[in-house]
Amino acid sequence: MTIKTVRNLRRILQILFFLIFFWLILQTNFFFDMAPEENGQIVLPYPVSIALEFDPLVALNTLLATGTIYKGLLWSLVILIPTIFLGRFFCGWICPLGTLNHWISEIRSERIKRKGKNKIESNRYKKYQRIKYYIFLFFIGASLFGVLQMGLLDPLSLMARSLGTAVLPGLQAAAEASLSWVKSFGIAPLSAAAEYLYDIFSGIFLIYRRAHFHAIISIGLVFVVILALNRLYTRFWCRGICPLGAMLAIFSRYAILGLQKNSGVCDGCNKCLLHCQGADNPDVGSVWRQSECVLCLNCQASCPNGSIKFKFFPEQESTPANPGGTQKVDITRRKVMLSFAAGAATVPLLRSGDMFEVNTNPRVIRPPGSQRESEFLSRCIKCGQCMRVCPNNALHPTLLEAGLEGLWTPVMIARIGYCEHTCTLCGQACPTGAIRELTTVEKIGNDEIEPNRIGTAFIDRNRCLPWAMATPCIVCEEWCPTSPKSIYLKSEIVYDREGKAVEVKKPYIDPNLCTGCGACEYACPVIDQPAVYVTSIGESRSDRNQILLERKRNKS
Amino acid sequence: MERRDFLKKSGRALALAAITGSTGFYFHNRTTTTAAGSVIEMPRFEVARNPDLPGLALARHENPIEAFRKSLDAIGGIGRFIEPGERVTIKPNVGWDRTPEQAANTNPLLVGEMVRQCLAAGADDVIVSDITCNDARRTFIRSGIKDEAERAGARVLLAADDDFLQADLNGELLTTWPVLKYFIETDKFINMPIVKQHSLSSCTIAMKNLYGILGGRRNQLHQRIDQSIVDLAAFVRPTLTVVDATRVLMRGGPQGGSLADVNIENSVLCATDQVAADSRGVEFLGLRGEMVGHIVLAEKSGLGRIDYRQAGYKEIV
Repeated sequence: MTIKTVRNLRRILQILFFLIFFWLILQTNFFFDMAPEENGQIVLPYPVSIALEFDPLVALNTLLATGTIYKGLLWSLVILIPTIFLGRFFCGWICPLGTLNHWISEIRSERIKRKGKNKIESNRYKKYQRIKYYIFLFFIGASLFGVLQMGLLDPLSLMARSLGTAVLPGLQAAAEASLSWVKSFGIAPLSAAAEYLYDIFSGIFLIYRRAHFHAIISIGLVFVVILALNRLYTRFWCRGICPLGAMLAIFSRYAILGLQKNSGVCDGCNKCLLHCQGADNPDVGSVWRQSECVLCLNCQASCPNGSIKFKFFPEQESTPANPGGTQKVDITRRKVMLSFAAGAATVPLLRSGDMFEVNTNPRVIRPPGSQRESEFLSRCIKCGQCMRVCPNNALHPTLLEAGLEGLWTPVMIARIGYCEHTCTLCGQACPTGAIRELTTVEKIGNDEIEPNRIGTAFIDRNRCLPWAMATPCIVCEEWCPTSPKSIYLKSEIVYDREGKAVEVKKPYIDPNLCTGCGACEYACPVIDQPAVYVTSIGESRSDRNQILLERKRNKS
Repeated sequence: MERRDFLKKSGRALALAAITGSTGFYFHNRTTTTAAGSVIEMPRFEVARNPDLPGLALARHENPIEAFRKSLDAIGGIGRFIEPGERVTIKPNVGWDRTPEQAANTNPLLVGEMVRQCLAAGADDVIVSDITCNDARRTFIRSGIKDEAERAGARVLLAADDDFLQADLNGELLTTWPVLKYFIETDKFINMPIVKQHSLSSCTIAMKNLYGILGGRRNQLHQRIDQSIVDLAAFVRPTLTVVDATRVLMRGGPQGGSLADVNIENSVLCATDQVAADSRGVEFLGLRGEMVGHIVLAEKSGLGRIDYRQAGYKEIV
């Protein structure tokens, strides 16, 4: 097999892994052909979050933050152990964000800095590439003290979050808008053609119910900026920012595969540098950096006279004319300690504020099965899989509602969608156990087991139709899914403006029974600010956030 | 500057100024609201009255399909309602994400049998649809109705945002309202409700089930529930009404959830008179038609008879 064949293999695998990742995100949804099991529970047919479980950065950080490796996260060893021997093959061959950056970097540029000699120069190792190690160590420092922030910049979490909550809903909105725009011309064949195209498109990309996500702008902007940075430097993200890349670079310290340079035949054409993805100095005469190399093999494949070669156990003695492979990561001990300490220092900074467990936002309603808040925040990687899988579009990324520490973690916005009574998909999709997997019985309870509660509903008597406007309604009671219903009605004669007696049924909430699902809030006809609304009090996951001294048992 | 140059340069500036100015004046104070889409009249789905046949037939049998067949035969058989080559839309009550045992949705076995009957009578296309309250996909799946209806050969169609037509309901309260197109663009309409308790309207059976064809601000109709039900029943005259009283939800309606709230009645009613169907159906809940606001109002509006015996009533045990 020649080197060009191996490079083509790399290209094919990049496409393949990218498509698999994308397909898994598309499958992270509720589909009309899913079949319930014997007991009526609906289970996802595919392990939709498996790509995230292969992520060593997720495994390491959640391990540090929680002391355990959750469920499928052991899969990450499949990436990490070969990295020890081979180097950062994951970045160059597998990572979907790396692939996307690779493709965008390779689009020809008109900018003078991205051409010829300037491009060669920009592909030499630069000091900015150290930043990723500082970011990685910062996250490690924070994780060690229970604050998990790596999800902000972990490439797989970032990719899943950006595709799931920004790109795909954006595409759907664009497709729908284009269709109605074409249809607005009123030309029948044109409309039919547009419908046909739309149907093809919708079979692949679009979901039954278009999702609207809170905080989509912040997520979308970060993604766009990361992609746009490729126009300044090839794979700027991978070279300079990516904490997973940094972790894999550190683990490639003792790699046995490396680049061997042979100065005898090199004519200094610099083609290797021109096509280098990692900025690891593949050219003869400079120091090759194992930790920066993503094994794209472009250097060897473009070398006209075979003076550089990847091989196992390359010679490592170093001479000025023929520098051997250096295995060292380019960071000083002092900077290591500093970034680690900075990460650790954010823990008290984030948690001594008021938003964490002291003055929590009552509207931070976590998905059913969520761990208590500190545990939740030490597990959630902000991947957005729960939001994407939710059939009701109930779960949304926060902006600052849960504090800076909780940025992009899931909360329910019942006005947009409520938590479906027997649905347990978010816990199934969660790769780290921030949302525990529930059975239907654990979710809705029975005579012995208490249901999983996410909050409690309250009536706003100033806005409720029977309470304030002498008008019948009871829609909230109709929608209440618990049995017996948590909303009960009392008939009362009230008088309207003319003094006419009207019999209405006034709704009351029974906090013993309410699970906080938000169906009432969703269905309330007072649309802008519902007359019945859910806050987080009474949530099963918290010992502190409770109203009742004891709950009367749910006897039907 | 040469004259030619002067004319050229000032000419193109003037042209741009003229275009800019006239564009501004052209669009100034224009009404930009697009003309409302055309309002659709509801087709008539009823079949001709036959004084020799009952307006309402009730059959009991432990097997729901047997009960259904007997009552359908008593009212004239499927051939009376479906002509070969027709498109039939069946509207079961598929409101909630519940299993069949919980009696919140129409018995899926009855829906499957209805589909088979229609196809046997020569129908070209049988559609099963409803606008659910809970998520449509979950509701159709967990109610068992998707499975049974598709297996019997029907198309199960969920409502998407652009599947609605503005219909002229011509009612006292409901004037124009968005209606799911599958219930308009069809030859025959079969209403298949289930008998359930409801806190505001006492019961939800045949006429209340018609809420499920409406889009729009449906949850505001509760503010005048009796009138809105009657407006709707006057607007939609189903070809046939099949009431599922195999399982009856006595409490906790319309969503239920507890098997303790379900009575097993093993009964199926077929009707051409929807008021009579409601009036007989509500007896399963321990009420009488005279006690239920919308049933009384429906008779007053001439939609049918509360005294279902006058409508021609047959009971098969």
